[in-house]
Amino acid sequence: MAFKRHIDRLPIIPADAKKHTVVCHYCIVGCGYHAYTWPVNKQGGTEPSQNAFGVDLSKQQQAETEAWYAPSMYNIVQQDGKDVHLVIKPDKGCVVNSGLASARGARMAEMSYSRARATQQQRLTHPMVWRYGQMQPTSWEDALDLVARVTVAVIKDQGEDGLFVSAFDHGGAGGGYENTWGTGKLYFGAMKVKNIRIHNRPAYNSEVHATRDMGVGELNNCYEDAELCDTIVAVGCNPLETQTNYFLNHWIPNLRGTSLDKKREQLPDEEHASGKIIIVDPRRTATIAACEAEAGKENVLHLPIEPGTDMVLFNAWLTYIAEKGWQDKDFIAASTKDFDKALAANKTTLAEAAKICGVPEADIEKAAQWIAAPKNGKRRRTMFAYEKGLIWGNDNYRTNASLVNVALATGNIGRPGGGCVRMGGHQEGYARPSDAHVGRPAAYVDKLLIEGKGGVHHIWGCDHYKTTLNAHQFKQVYKKRTDMVKDAMNAVPAGDRAAQVAAIVEAIKAGGLFAVDVDIVPTKIGEACHVWLPAATSGEMNLTSMNGERRMRITERYMDPPGEAMPDCLIAARIANHMERVLREIGDDKYADQFKGFEWKTEEDAFMDGYHKVAKGGEHVTYERLRAMGTNGFQEPAVGFEGGKIVGTKRLYADGKFDTKDGKASFMEAKWRGLQAPGKKEQKAKFKYLINNGRTNLVWQNAYLDQDNEFVMDRFPYPFIEMNPEDMKELGVGQGDLVEIYNDDGSTQAMVYPAPSAKKGQTFMLFAYPTGVQGNVVNAGTNELILPNYKQTWADIRPLSKAPDSVKHLSFKSPHYKVG
Amino acid sequence: MKGCNKLVDVGRRQFLRGGAVATVGAVASAVVPSTSKAKPLPARVQYPSNRLANISELEVNEPLHISYPDEDSPGVLLKLGTPVDGGVGPDRDIVGFSTLCPHKGFPLVYVAEDKTLSCPGHYSLFDCEKGGLQIMGQATQNLPQFALRVDDKGDIYAEGVDELIYGRLSNVL
Repeated sequence: MAFKRHIDRLPIIPADAKKHTVVCHYCIVGCGYHAYTWPVNKQGGTEPSQNAFGVDLSKQQQAETEAWYAPSMYNIVQQDGKDVHLVIKPDKGCVVNSGLASARGARMAEMSYSRARATQQQRLTHPMVWRYGQMQPTSWEDALDLVARVTVAVIKDQGEDGLFVSAFDHGGAGGGYENTWGTGKLYFGAMKVKNIRIHNRPAYNSEVHATRDMGVGELNNCYEDAELCDTIVAVGCNPLETQTNYFLNHWIPNLRGTSLDKKREQLPDEEHASGKIIIVDPRRTATIAACEAEAGKENVLHLPIEPGTDMVLFNAWLTYIAEKGWQDKDFIAASTKDFDKALAANKTTLAEAAKICGVPEADIEKAAQWIAAPKNGKRRRTMFAYEKGLIWGNDNYRTNASLVNVALATGNIGRPGGGCVRMGGHQEGYARPSDAHVGRPAAYVDKLLIEGKGGVHHIWGCDHYKTTLNAHQFKQVYKKRTDMVKDAMNAVPAGDRAAQVAAIVEAIKAGGLFAVDVDIVPTKIGEACHVWLPAATSGEMNLTSMNGERRMRITERYMDPPGEAMPDCLIAARIANHMERVLREIGDDKYADQFKGFEWKTEEDAFMDGYHKVAKGGEHVTYERLRAMGTNGFQEPAVGFEGGKIVGTKRLYADGKFDTKDGKASFMEAKWRGLQAPGKKEQKAKFKYLINNGRTNLVWQNAYLDQDNEFVMDRFPYPFIEMNPEDMKELGVGQGDLVEIYNDDGSTQAMVYPAPSAKKGQTFMLFAYPTGVQGNVVNAGTNELILPNYKQTWADIRPLSKAPDSVKHLSFKSPHYKVG
Repeated sequence: MKGCNKLVDVGRRQFLRGGAVATVGAVASAVVPSTSKAKPLPARVQYPSNRLANISELEVNEPLHISYPDEDSPGVLLKLGTPVDGGVGPDRDIVGFSTLCPHKGFPLVYVAEDKTLSCPGHYSLFDCEKGGLQIMGQATQNLPQFALRVDDKGDIYAEGVDELIYGRLSNVL
């Protein structure tokens, strides 16, 4: 049977409960919430005067009421050392989500650490070190001393290039401006670490280099633009499942026609109709089904292109639009350069595109019309949105450029109803000293680790074992190298620190690797590590981030971190303090001096040292001001502080000036060169099935918290692989059966989920799941800037096991909405 | 259905009496805190046993609209036509669910084609053959299902709910 909590009533929030500003710490949308807390031995009542809502709770509440919360929104946690009730519920007053909660965000309370209710007991509570053959709890002083001594020893031997770092660069949980500054100041300020990578890719690089090189920052519009545009172009994204409330609260009103009044009010001098949408995706997604239900099939154009051919499609649009003379000539002249050059270089006919992309010429033409055909002499307003289908797809750099070309050509950046934006994964929260020394292309860190490079590895909220390419080989080598150090540590008494460090250093010289994992939970890569340092997450510390429309808010601390866990920024500071101490001990005062400036006591100290000083407009932003701005915050960059409010920026480039020296956005050449990443063509030729991959609605990121949540793990004990029923028949597998996905690069497992809408030979597997890692079968080839191509992966499939008992109660019906 | 609704009302009245006792208990507790004689409240709510329908009223794959535990909580009775886990009746195929979407409280619509309940508000889908498991959607719980009992006469009674019903912080108000 489906998992049920058997909770049939919840404590009522009393009228005098404490109310904290919270921004969901999962996806980039950053929905506004409030956390209510009150003493565990008190509770509110059903009388209006007795509860926080001021309503009679003895009566049934209506749809969309604010006076209801689900069991997943409730918990008992510690606040200042005392047990308190906690309810985290969505905020109707937040313009991002208007009271909506996703299946991820609405579980924030349940996904909090609670000893009383035994939730998230997986959380790391104390520093742990490898001692007597296993991980053992120890003190911060002891753990940090070991980390500092080994790190200093490796740097003394190999230089700073011997220190490898994997570090999140995002906002939201585990990230935020405080924490990226903490790690940034340590590795780019005190040191100049070059062998560093980001949480989801094997190098320190932008996922959207091309748009930035063209002078167009990737988050350049506001969510309201999705309500104002005539047409939305969605490329390689599935927003119902992955940016849920942006889609539900801003895209759907346009498709439904309920944003028409807003269009007429804000843009009075032109005709308006309900929005149309073009969706470029090889797979029919739940998003497409929802769009069709709302807008009617006649207003939804799905282009199920051959995987990885997006660039050809965009070039054909550009060519056709210019042929028709629909480009925005004034904008091109005033604010851009190299249009003619790019147009000539990228010239692609509709017929050529139809052949390569595998979609009808007429549909490509229709899409171009929806994008750019003038409406009664006025420019059509089109918003372009893209995400991992493009970013983690074929020839990232050029494909990204070819899409931005279309947006620039049609004058759709910096204007209402426009934008050419990535949809985003996490929220953002990047504030670091310059990374210029890393270089371009940046070091392919995972490859260097496989080649035996590096002596010490600091890992911050990353799990390569689940979220890297060529993961099969990476894990094999990583385990071998870190085991060498474990064996060396086992051979020496743990209490003899000098002997321990000497043994570790010797093992490193023999090819071993000493690994330090800073995280909130035990990770897969953590199993190989020698030190675990427990971090605090959003709500256990004050944490600031910005969302996909650059909306910056603070999440106020509403509960204690588990055990001795600390914010990452303070962990970074304490590592710096210990490195300074160890360096002075060995007489290197000059180098030790570089580790000054980490005297922070609180996350606010880190914020004021970082964001407030270095971010554009940061001087206007403080915790106190952010608290006053609540869940709506302001849109970055801040440009002033007036009347008690931070003044923000609704859209970037509204003045037609872009991020280039001369202020002109540049068009870019983007010539098609087939499957670009090394090894892809060969893999496609050799193996039968496309193993397309991505996210699903219920699971956040690599399931680091979800793996300890019964509601999620009951639904997906294994990652699913969507398969065409004919493919299933050929393989002799049924729904729920476990299959092995294998090729020359590795193997992994998944649970078969029939998908009648899937093309034959094209599967779709859940990415980054702990019980079956898709990255195992992704080959090592990247683009020229070390961006991985996870999406274009081919493998063979064979049965592993008939449906195990743990999946027999599950539903394998279509997740696509149908009008009832 | 008229008789059925009356029985629902009986269930509500019975519960309201129970609630009144609890209130008195709370007052007593406040007056003499050190020697409380309050009647202990049950850990879970007490559900009424309400007759919803008779088996003869059900047609295969045709939803019968009912309400439980009171008339403000709409639900559905279904005879699915094939036995399912948790199904009651001679064919083990009768199930009952709340039809308020546990995400935002929109009324769910039965899709006979694949025996699901779907939400026109935010596209959530629940599988009636799998205990209301959310196939895809924005709720953070599977669909509240009614515990059913069928007596010798074929009368179907609901006697409990396994998840919190949308719009109320206690399943029995």
